[in-house]
Amino acid sequence: MNVLSLLINELVDITILFVTSLPYFAVYIGIILATLGIWRMVKRLLTPKKDFGSLKTVTFGDESAVSSNFVASVVSIVLIFLIWGAFTGSKMIPSFLHVPGAFTGEISFTYTAENADGVSDQADVLIVVHELGQDPFVPDMADGDGWAKNDVMAVQAYRSKLLLWDKNDKFDRKSGAKITEINGQPVAEGGEVEIGNARIAVTDKGTINVVPATGWQMEPIWLPAPENVFVNRFGQIWSEGYKNYSLGEHLGYSLFRVVVGFLFGALIGIPLGYAMGLNDWFRGWFDPIVEFMRPVPPLALIPLIIIWFGIGEVGKVILLTLAALWIMTIAARAGVSGVRISKVHAAYSLGASKWQIMRFVIIPNSLPEIFTGARVAMGVCWGTVVAAELVAAEKGIGMMIMTASKFQQTDIVILGIVMIGIIGFGIDMFVRWMERVMVPWKGRG
Amino acid sequence: MSGLSINNISMRFDLPNGSSVQALKNVSLDLRPGELMSVLGPSGCGKTTLLNIVAGFLAPTEGQIELNGQRVTGPSAERGMVFQQGALFEWMSVRENVGFGPRMKGADKVETRKKVDDLLDIVGLGDFKEKAVYELSGGMQQRVALARCLANDPDVILMDEPLGALDALTREKMQSLVLKLWKETGKTIILITHSVEEALLLGERLLVMAPRPGRIHREYRLPFADLGVGQDLREVKKHPDYARTREEILSMIWDMEEEIMGRSEEAQ
Repeated sequence: MNVLSLLINELVDITILFVTSLPYFAVYIGIILATLGIWRMVKRLLTPKKDFGSLKTVTFGDESAVSSNFVASVVSIVLIFLIWGAFTGSKMIPSFLHVPGAFTGEISFTYTAENADGVSDQADVLIVVHELGQDPFVPDMADGDGWAKNDVMAVQAYRSKLLLWDKNDKFDRKSGAKITEINGQPVAEGGEVEIGNARIAVTDKGTINVVPATGWQMEPIWLPAPENVFVNRFGQIWSEGYKNYSLGEHLGYSLFRVVVGFLFGALIGIPLGYAMGLNDWFRGWFDPIVEFMRPVPPLALIPLIIIWFGIGEVGKVILLTLAALWIMTIAARAGVSGVRISKVHAAYSLGASKWQIMRFVIIPNSLPEIFTGARVAMGVCWGTVVAAELVAAEKGIGMMIMTASKFQQTDIVILGIVMIGIIGFGIDMFVRWMERVMVPWKGRG
Repeated sequence: MSGLSINNISMRFDLPNGSSVQALKNVSLDLRPGELMSVLGPSGCGKTTLLNIVAGFLAPTEGQIELNGQRVTGPSAERGMVFQQGALFEWMSVRENVGFGPRMKGADKVETRKKVDDLLDIVGLGDFKEKAVYELSGGMQQRVALARCLANDPDVILMDEPLGALDALTREKMQSLVLKLWKETGKTIILITHSVEEALLLGERLLVMAPRPGRIHREYRLPFADLGVGQDLREVKKHPDYARTREEILSMIWDMEEEIMGRSEEAQ
């Protein structure tokens, strides 16, 4: 098979997945629209007075008429947790909101088997489906009449289990006995029968595979309930730490790497950018290097950095320095190039020397660009440090989620992802705040 | 010799395609200290180029500029410049902007502060000293620019369409202010403008320039600037010579524009 047809097959698979998931998105959008309608009605009842915005007749296409609706944001977050809770059987929401969960309890069915001589017999089977981690009570069962004897088996919810029905029977599969019916419905090898809360399949080898109904809820190893992530697991990691380091140390090391890497990147990049913006020799010298390195994602440097510097702090800081360096260089260069010539001319006419122009005109004028660059660089650094820790690290938030995923501790993985998101958001808010304080004239020159 | 003398200035720019543009050709001019001269002309007549040469931002291909007998080789604090807009430093308050020149010279801080506050009172910004410049209106920003230039006590003030971006009412007020400052400080001022009315009102001497190559077309000596000091400018505009001179200059510039258009049509 050539590459093209392989790719087309992949495309077909992806398209099928996409199309089959559309109804779920439609439901989600339906909920949003329904909430919107309810909110409109509530608002109409609550505030009959006309504010300036409500008097506008043209709002569609008026950018100033569209601001983020706080109610919608709250509903959005609440809805995420509701859906999450409903599909994980969370104890934080009332149980009537839960979607049907996996079946637990007893299942019984009857199979009919036929031995090599054509003698049929029936036997009863009792299956106890129990929750993960519970020790099930499995009652004894009498063998019953005939050559086929009754069976008892325990199955964990969300799992399936093979029933070796002939193990205690007089004739076994080796001697030619085989299943012919389940609960009176004829079935051949490779076939299956749906009974109340389970699917009973006869395998190619003649054994019975019991698959209890899983319902709509997610198993904790796929998606744990919110309280397990944010209360139980968070509390445990907060007090005990994870893999020899406390949560604070994991986060602290990641942040330390970002801050130190960014600072070194800015320390080298800003003067370099100034030099490139002010001098043709420097611009010519560094243009090829900067323009080549800028499109290389820092993640692509990780293997080389590990080969050269190992997996310790030095390598991480160098990687993040490189991640921030080009962004800060280009920002500083743009800041210098963006100075209005009339400002420079005015300063010269007022008697400023070159150094004074640098200090009082060019540097302050470049600050807005540098802050924009810093926001981008901090975001890239934060993403890069997590990725670098995923690859190799002894500590750090990325290492925490990578290690947890290897032990299928999905709750830790989700907890880590949420913390990465919160801290990334916090970093961005911090830089924005700095920007507001330090360059209030941004965009108003 | 005191005053500003412009000796036989020519300016030729070489273009990347090998041709060259004669922006100015044999421009000569002398200004006595305290003279107010407005410069008028159609687009491309080299007004701004001339101003940039006087300021020292451009070196002429021929000729030279002398101020008080000293040859001009670059920008300096003796020749202050007021730009159309956007030349203020947004990262400084109004007071810091105006005090920029003295600060660069390392002048005494207390004296500078007093001088700056006096100037801001004169231009009518006494209540806005601590404000950021981006909080001010366009007219107020140009007042700051004027005060900033004056704070440095230059011999010559060069104004490159300083009122061009203002609305008509603000512009009229600012024209009065320029006249007032001229009379009170006795500075030599060269003012470039696109508005014939402004050139008439703000020019003891009025220079009309012609394009291709940029040259002096005609010079007027006018009484309106002196009449306008401390006067309502609308009264000055009622002077019988005012309307006549305005029409004369307007048709002169109109003809030049026509000629440029005609030439470019022929070229096509």
